[in-house]
Amino acid sequence: MKLVTGNDLPSGDVIWWTGNGWSRHVEDAVDAGDHAEAIARAEEASRRVNVPYVIEGVATAEGPRPAHIKDRIRALGPTVRPDLTLKPADPNAGNWVI
Amino acid sequence: MYKYDEYDQAIVDARVDEFRDQVRRRLAGDMTEDQFKPLRLMNGLYLQLHAYMLRIAVPYGTLDSRQMRMLGHIARKYDRGYGHFTTRQNIQFNWIKLSDAPDILAEIAKIEMHAIQTSGNCIRNISSDQYAGAAADEVADPRPWAELVRQWSTFHPEFSHLPRKFKIAVIAADEDRAAMRLHDIGIQLVMRDGELGAKIFAGGGMGRTPMISHEIRDFVAADDLMSYLEACLRVYNRYGRRDNIYKARIKILIHEIGADEYRRQVEEEFAAVKQLGLDPPRAELERITAMFAAPAFAADAPTDIDRSDPDFAVWLDQNVKPHKQPGYAIVNVSLKPIGGIPGDASADQIDVMADLAERYAFDELRVTHAQNIVLPHIRVADLKAVWDALAEVGLAEANLDLISDIIACPGLDYCSLANARSIPLAQKIAERFADPARQRDLGELKLKISGCINACGHHHAGHIGILGVDKKGVENFQLLLGGSGAEDVSLGRITGPGFSEDGVVDAIERVTDTYIKVREGGERFVDTYRRVGMEPFKEAIYG
Repeated sequence: MKLVTGNDLPSGDVIWWTGNGWSRHVEDAVDAGDHAEAIARAEEASRRVNVPYVIEGVATAEGPRPAHIKDRIRALGPTVRPDLTLKPADPNAGNWVI
Repeated sequence: MYKYDEYDQAIVDARVDEFRDQVRRRLAGDMTEDQFKPLRLMNGLYLQLHAYMLRIAVPYGTLDSRQMRMLGHIARKYDRGYGHFTTRQNIQFNWIKLSDAPDILAEIAKIEMHAIQTSGNCIRNISSDQYAGAAADEVADPRPWAELVRQWSTFHPEFSHLPRKFKIAVIAADEDRAAMRLHDIGIQLVMRDGELGAKIFAGGGMGRTPMISHEIRDFVAADDLMSYLEACLRVYNRYGRRDNIYKARIKILIHEIGADEYRRQVEEEFAAVKQLGLDPPRAELERITAMFAAPAFAADAPTDIDRSDPDFAVWLDQNVKPHKQPGYAIVNVSLKPIGGIPGDASADQIDVMADLAERYAFDELRVTHAQNIVLPHIRVADLKAVWDALAEVGLAEANLDLISDIIACPGLDYCSLANARSIPLAQKIAERFADPARQRDLGELKLKISGCINACGHHHAGHIGILGVDKKGVENFQLLLGGSGAEDVSLGRITGPGFSEDGVVDAIERVTDTYIKVREGGERFVDTYRRVGMEPFKEAIYG
């Protein structure tokens, strides 16, 4: 599956394409399939999102996950600071990263 | 401490205003990222794995309590409560909002700091000896010279778009505490016939092609130094490769044309440059030097110390170094607690270090390239009070230069260039060797970890070095032995096939066990390695 990601322009937060907008949670991402590159280009042109690009993803029971470790760390936050991850209250947060 | 004059303050303030307008235009959609990226990088603002990262320059690693407190304030107000001290003696904040960046730069400009030239293909922050002004072995305080180089290189119009980034170190002792030989240019102040001048080295560096610098000139008179540096940079700027980013550093140029030919061209250029009158008048150097005058040390400060607390005594032996002034000492504050993140300090810890500097250290702090903090001038009589205060905030780890005093780059946890995580590996190694007695038995052992070939973690210069690589999407770690960034400079050699994260921790333990078996007398690990070579270690690791 193809995921479109980028950074929110003013905050720099990692964001994911949801089909009709952007979310900070990778769980909300959708498979952009053959349209992924076109979506990234259109969003880049709109200058709302910083450098959107396409990555490989995999479908899991909990939702889409990036295929590569770098993108998984990017989706969750630093593995050495669980207090800074997106879901600090979730004891399972991070289990899928490495 | 150097104090900005009206020109310094004016150019920094003007840059803040300029960047504020650039950020406004970017946020308004008037600029693309391609247009904006070089502008934000000129102001130290990167886009990293999770967010924008701001790198603030700490010139030659020196700062005062007012500046240190401001860093704590930035951490608290604009970041997530902490900062990361780097191997370039700077500090990075990992969670900066683009919209806040101009305000942050305006705040630090008030206390004479900036983020200019902490990125880009220009001359970066000048690094120096963290014991400057306190060490007994220096021929002069290197900081006035480092400041002069900083002023010369700041906004230098000819060198703002070099083929690649350029790093300069200034030291003034034979003991190299700044990895000087692994810089693009290294300057060692020396005395010759009663005259102070500089020995010049060029062509060192780490990265994907590590090289030790060559001595280019054995003595440059003080009055010629800026002209000579100008000549060194001009030759590089003219002939350094711009067609291949991997071959663009000065080390590649000197490797390709040879040190003799580079020296010949520099001398030719120097003869021409010297006529241009670029060197500042003596009065300017004297003006700067006066700002680094020694503090008002007490002539009769007591030298006695109560060592009855065993933990304090261990810390004294490991983290406290002799000072040139009797009755004073140099305190190294380790930012490497067992299981902690090398180089990270919380806002509260930053505040405590600032308070201690103000109360006990003539208001001075230093950042070291090993990612620790130095309080350079502590009265021996105050050491216990300083230790007590550090211990209260988890900063009294007695492990300077031991195996748990690990240099580690941010790695894949933060850095968009990294291939592997450095920090968790550093934590595992520190935990494996947590026993203080075991660490002290191993003695000086500098372990350095980089999460990619760019070598921000100085792995080539580690007695034990580790390089993280990506092996088909899985983190893998290569092990190197025998490097050094000190005056006995050398480059580490790879032991053989790489390891998993747990595997490399086990391999290091086999290396240290082998060292204990074969060491002789008072040999450090690196001495033993140099005597016996790679084979015994390789045999122990791979069987």
